[in-house]
Amino acid sequence: MQADLNIMLSEIILSLFAMLALISAVYGSKDRLTVPLIFATASIFMLLALISISSAQGIETAFDGMFVNDPFARFSKVIILISASLVLIMSPDYLSKRKILHFEYPLLIALSVVGMMVMVSAGDLMSLYMGLELQSLCLYVIASMRRDSLKSTEAGLKYFVLGALSSGLLLYGASLTYGYAGTTGFKGIIIAAAGDDVDVGLLIALVMVLSGLAFKVSAVPFHMWTPDVYEGAPTPVTAFFATAPKMAAMALFVRVMHDAFGNIVAEWQQVVALISMLSMFLGAIAAIGQTNIKRLMAYSSIAHMGYALMGLAAGTAFGVEALLIYMAIYVTMNIGTFAFILMMQRDGQPVTDIASLSMLSRENPGKALAMLVLLFSLAGVPPSLGFFAKWGVWIAALDAGLVWLVFASALASAIGAYYYLRIVYLMYFGAEPQDALDRRNEPVLTGVLTVSAVAMVFGVLSLVGIEGAAEAAAATLVR
Amino acid sequence: MSFASFAFYLFSLSIITGGFLTVVGRNPVHSVLWLILSFLSSAGLFVLLGAEFVAMLLIIVYVGAVAVLFLFVVMMLDVDFAELKAELAQYMPLALLIGVILLMQLGMAFGVWSSYEGSGASRMAVTPENVHNTAALGMLLYDQYFLLFQMAGLILLVAMIGAILLTLRHRKDVKRQNVLTQMYRDPATAVELKDVKSGQGLL
Repeated sequence: MQADLNIMLSEIILSLFAMLALISAVYGSKDRLTVPLIFATASIFMLLALISISSAQGIETAFDGMFVNDPFARFSKVIILISASLVLIMSPDYLSKRKILHFEYPLLIALSVVGMMVMVSAGDLMSLYMGLELQSLCLYVIASMRRDSLKSTEAGLKYFVLGALSSGLLLYGASLTYGYAGTTGFKGIIIAAAGDDVDVGLLIALVMVLSGLAFKVSAVPFHMWTPDVYEGAPTPVTAFFATAPKMAAMALFVRVMHDAFGNIVAEWQQVVALISMLSMFLGAIAAIGQTNIKRLMAYSSIAHMGYALMGLAAGTAFGVEALLIYMAIYVTMNIGTFAFILMMQRDGQPVTDIASLSMLSRENPGKALAMLVLLFSLAGVPPSLGFFAKWGVWIAALDAGLVWLVFASALASAIGAYYYLRIVYLMYFGAEPQDALDRRNEPVLTGVLTVSAVAMVFGVLSLVGIEGAAEAAAATLVR
Repeated sequence: MSFASFAFYLFSLSIITGGFLTVVGRNPVHSVLWLILSFLSSAGLFVLLGAEFVAMLLIIVYVGAVAVLFLFVVMMLDVDFAELKAELAQYMPLALLIGVILLMQLGMAFGVWSSYEGSGASRMAVTPENVHNTAALGMLLYDQYFLLFQMAGLILLVAMIGAILLTLRHRKDVKRQNVLTQMYRDPATAVELKDVKSGQGLL
């Protein structure tokens, strides 16, 4: 037991911190503690990320394989922790403007990060489900945190009901898998789920599990909650939704597919390829008519999940590596973009309509330039970093013989480029604005935006060792 | 017929009857009472299976807490069940069709169901010999499944935080009873006596 607990020390530290902070805030000065708590949580995230980077690089398992700490888990954890930490330090300004600076906010984020860390380390269908539920439950609550707003409440309720439905699908699949394999551990399932002639019951189970997971990464046809939740939730919460949980869900998806069903790749490859293609097209086409930038980012994230899933559809170690790099770049781009969205204010109040961005380049050239770089990268226009992310998954899919998927994705990204570049057009050549956005620059948000934009340019030259880590991560998962 | 199989048929019959009457009952309170009968009979089935701990849980949790809660909700909320029933009748053919399709699908899945030949050997929690099953469950829950148990605790904590965050309102205009101020009130300043002359009033 002692050795098992040592392996999951980061998770234990984080949950103990959350509980102690909860007690001190409840018995202490309540909401006045929020801002110190936000920064304390953010620095603990950073610390744990550093520990994770510098710790041993082998494969450790705890609790009979229920919890696995391997390079793949560490890679995902570092991205989750860093992105959650950045989103946290971006939030206080917006939350205090909306008067929802509650001390529960950093604690719920900390607990949901614990859930995500268990998710990416899951080696068993039961620990997978526990991590997933811990994560989702926190997200449902913070989505409806602004309870005076009808949209925020609707977002939370919608997310909760549809999330419960997806959990049901996942559990149904998990119990069928258990019925077939006689075990819920991935080690046992991968032995049971093998061979050319796959049992029908196991196939039903596989499809159910896949649908539940597709829901969590918001891939078509399980995407319908995304735009409403992104629009209704407070913007820092939306920024969080678009980054850390997406990384965790995607890592979980990859882990289940390769760790548990890795011997029947041919059975799920076509399904993943199909949902990947549908996501890319829906994300690209449905975003065109949007006027709210948060809804636009929701469709953008659906499309990006489609591109990332191409790496999984390839079914190879190189595909997983490309997917991990894609997700790292996606998270970086999104944090920068949301820092920009958080700065969109008129008369001190946050606004989200795209039209308010017209002629921003004249008012605030630096901010417009940073956003231009990020939008080019999101669209995947060469030579930005976003293009090289797509390039990686294309090569992986080509190697796996999925030529049609590569063609479809090139077409979808050409369609998708339209709505990203429309924002650039508005910022530089738009109509004269009726009333301009505030010129005020929040130092933290400006810093994050700048770093993210600079990373998009210099990332082309060097990915600062991410490829090596991603390669090692993929190698442990795909055998 | 042995006593055990007699008890099995008795319990099964009362579960099915109870379930059926829960659905068709006109009075919602009667429905809840039939539901309690179903729960109790299922507990009986668990005892027959040798799972007495689960049986007791079923009685404590479902009959003791959940069913009583239902009863309260049904009595407290003024829901017009007759109207709901009328709406239900409208959708009945469709519901029946879907029910039949679901049953057929279940039958088909059962027909082709087969499990991996090694599945018996790879079972994670084999029922131990010569150990009381409450003790066996405890061993499993607090040792092998320790991680899951703690995670479940965290999930409940989040549920609690969430419920408080989303519903608690600190209302400033509510007058709360403060026992100490009541006790330390000075009778001399609390009441003012006035000598009112007759026919003039208090002006």
